[in-house]
Amino acid sequence: MSATDIANPAGTSEFVKDWSSEKQTYHVPWGKAMMWLFLVSDTFIFTCFLVGYLNVRRTTTDPWPYPSEVFALELFGHNLPLILIAIMTFVLITSSGTMALAVRYAHFRDKQKIFWFMVITALFGATFVGMQVFEWSKLISEGVRPWANPFGAPQFGSIFFMVTGFHGVHVSIGVLYLLIVANKIRKGDYDKSGNYEIVEITGLYWHFVDLVWVFIFAFFYLW
Amino acid sequence: MAYVPIADRPDEMHDPQSFITKYIWSQDHKVIAIQYGGTAIAIGVVALVLSVLMRLQLGFPDTFAFIDPTDYYQYVTMHGMIMVVYLLTALFLGGFGNYLIPLQIGARDMVFPFLNMLSYWFYLLSVIILAASFFVAGGPTGAGWTLYPPQAITEGTPGAEGGILLMLLSLAVFVVAFTMGGLNYVTTVLQARTHGMTLMRMPLSVWGIFVATILGLFAFPALFVSAVMMAFDHLLGTSFFMPAMISLGESVEHAGGSPILFQHLFWFFGHPEVYIVALPAFGLVSDVLSTHARRNIFGYRMMVWAIVAIGGLSFIVWAHHMYVSGMNPYFGFFFAFTTLIIAVPTAIKVYNWVLTLWKGNIRMTVPMLFAMGFIFTFIHGGLTGLFLGNVTVDLPLSDTYFVVAHFHMVMGVSPVLVLFAAIYHWFPKISGRMFDEKLGKIHFWGTFLGTYAIYLPMHYIGALGVPRRYFALGTTDFIPESAFELNAAITVAALIVAAIQVVFFINVFKSLWKGEKADPNPWEATSLEWHTPHTPPHHGNWGPNLPVVYRWAYEYATPGVKDDFVPQSVPPGDVVMKKKGDVFKESEH
Repeated sequence: MSATDIANPAGTSEFVKDWSSEKQTYHVPWGKAMMWLFLVSDTFIFTCFLVGYLNVRRTTTDPWPYPSEVFALELFGHNLPLILIAIMTFVLITSSGTMALAVRYAHFRDKQKIFWFMVITALFGATFVGMQVFEWSKLISEGVRPWANPFGAPQFGSIFFMVTGFHGVHVSIGVLYLLIVANKIRKGDYDKSGNYEIVEITGLYWHFVDLVWVFIFAFFYLW
Repeated sequence: MAYVPIADRPDEMHDPQSFITKYIWSQDHKVIAIQYGGTAIAIGVVALVLSVLMRLQLGFPDTFAFIDPTDYYQYVTMHGMIMVVYLLTALFLGGFGNYLIPLQIGARDMVFPFLNMLSYWFYLLSVIILAASFFVAGGPTGAGWTLYPPQAITEGTPGAEGGILLMLLSLAVFVVAFTMGGLNYVTTVLQARTHGMTLMRMPLSVWGIFVATILGLFAFPALFVSAVMMAFDHLLGTSFFMPAMISLGESVEHAGGSPILFQHLFWFFGHPEVYIVALPAFGLVSDVLSTHARRNIFGYRMMVWAIVAIGGLSFIVWAHHMYVSGMNPYFGFFFAFTTLIIAVPTAIKVYNWVLTLWKGNIRMTVPMLFAMGFIFTFIHGGLTGLFLGNVTVDLPLSDTYFVVAHFHMVMGVSPVLVLFAAIYHWFPKISGRMFDEKLGKIHFWGTFLGTYAIYLPMHYIGALGVPRRYFALGTTDFIPESAFELNAAITVAALIVAAIQVVFFINVFKSLWKGEKADPNPWEATSLEWHTPHTPPHHGNWGPNLPVVYRWAYEYATPGVKDDFVPQSVPPGDVVMKKKGDVFKESEH
């Protein structure tokens, strides 16, 4: 599309005409379309959770705890704020990279490499969930509960366990999903059709879960 | 590798092997549609009975000893929730969406039949959980269908122990079921259309269901989140929605939550929900009107864009349900503005329906009667919406029967009339048999006139200031004696309308049992579902070859053409002209 087309108002109606034409014109495999739709719908779930968080943070009468103190770890005699969460975020973002590599090798139908990169991605995901378990147990041992919080507003505990728990469930499901698909690829279930789209679809889900984490990290830990 | 549409791949067809795979664990969209429809109507009958019980109490207070205030609030709550979510949403999208989408776009099935089957079974589970709440200690929740906290989970409200939890669980399961179905509907419309079926050739039924499903996928998450958070408040003792307060003389163990947050989340779901129900109704009624008036739908493109515009606007009007909630009053300005803007695309639709009838060759069949009845009730309910959309007018009316009358006209009666129109219209295709015309007409006139007998006086009662949600009015100065008499009259009308619904069920069962065998295309309609090789359509819908579409779905009474309708799937060369030598010009659509 050239610049004159964009300036031309008739271009808009052409755009509508293109998109409303037969489905063969813009063929998207249905699995991919369905995953995109699901992710948009899921975005609304996380958005509602985060809006709820922003709202109760304003309505609660107790002071909101200071995240870098609550999420600090004592390591080698140093008090390091947010160190665990920094490592967790790094692990999850790295897993997005390995997932992208798996999708790349899916284009080449390189079964061996797809399999291993998906397994590595799943391992990173499992590591993330493991570290989350550690984080939860540390906070629980310090007395943080969904209904109570020694550092300040009880809503801090409520939201923390609810949102990170909901995200952790997403990561865990993603790990299972990755392992199931990786196993099917190793067994050669897709050899006959030569269609490795499922890797990309799994990748969409995985990147989404990582992206959601970036928002949770920014809203909950950094602010 | 050549592209093969998913619906054409032989390995995608799950041919039923036995009775169980054919009728119970079926992956066929038509069977799933009937399962959805049957379940929705069954639970809807429960809600109808509850409304009759409510009316008995309101019309004749102090007469029925078996209805105490607790029961009454439980009836109100369950009636509202069942009608809005478990009947209307499920029947329009799960029932008609499932049945019509593949048939009207020329697909063999939904793109992911297994997920479609799961969708139904999760829906059934949610209905069973909901029904189970009638049998737990304390009974179902009586918090009002909006389930507002804090009272929904505070001791003293009916069902605050177990009933509310089952309600929240049931809603969460319903959202999961809807999401599985909804992903299928949208993807099927986008990716499984047959050759020639462009988006702008789709029947409006598909457009309405398509946009409504997108709304559902974006709106139900808010309901899911609010259900989860309220369940946590109740089970874990969190305080998302619960402020510090004194209840029954003791301070509750909550502090710092925001009840208004729940209202915002609930209505962010709740308002689009109105259009999740209304848009499929708009679509279905457009097809019924056009077919039986033998006229192309007036302004097809505007009808499509109006559906899309209403869908978009429905996400930015939710707080008009909350003018009296105590939210920031400046919000009211914005939300009144957006609310009234919705009147524009809605009015476009109403004018277009009326103009479709203009100079049409109207056939007064039973579905047509219901469809025209819908135009009346919808205009009526829409006009009272203009009053309630304005903040200053809404404030005195908000907690009166005026609101009850308004939303029952616009969201209760209107979609239900369309449901009946659609059931009568597609009954010959679904069952292969004709219904009884005479019984259908009795059903229509009883229902249509009866609803006016119920809801017109209710507007007046509301304007008098009679408050809604009250178990009994008692004696107060501002409520005149005539209001009590009207209430009794409304109850009598409601009993008659409820009784007349029996005629509908008799008609359905009688016709299924020994109805006349239906013509494959009894209404001489153009859309694809009337041109299947078998009636009712077999598994796979189309036999060996998918249909090819050459035009839009509204080619009625085309000048120069011999028949007064041209099906979508007839090639231009096969259209028979009136005179020799005429060249058939294909419609622009």
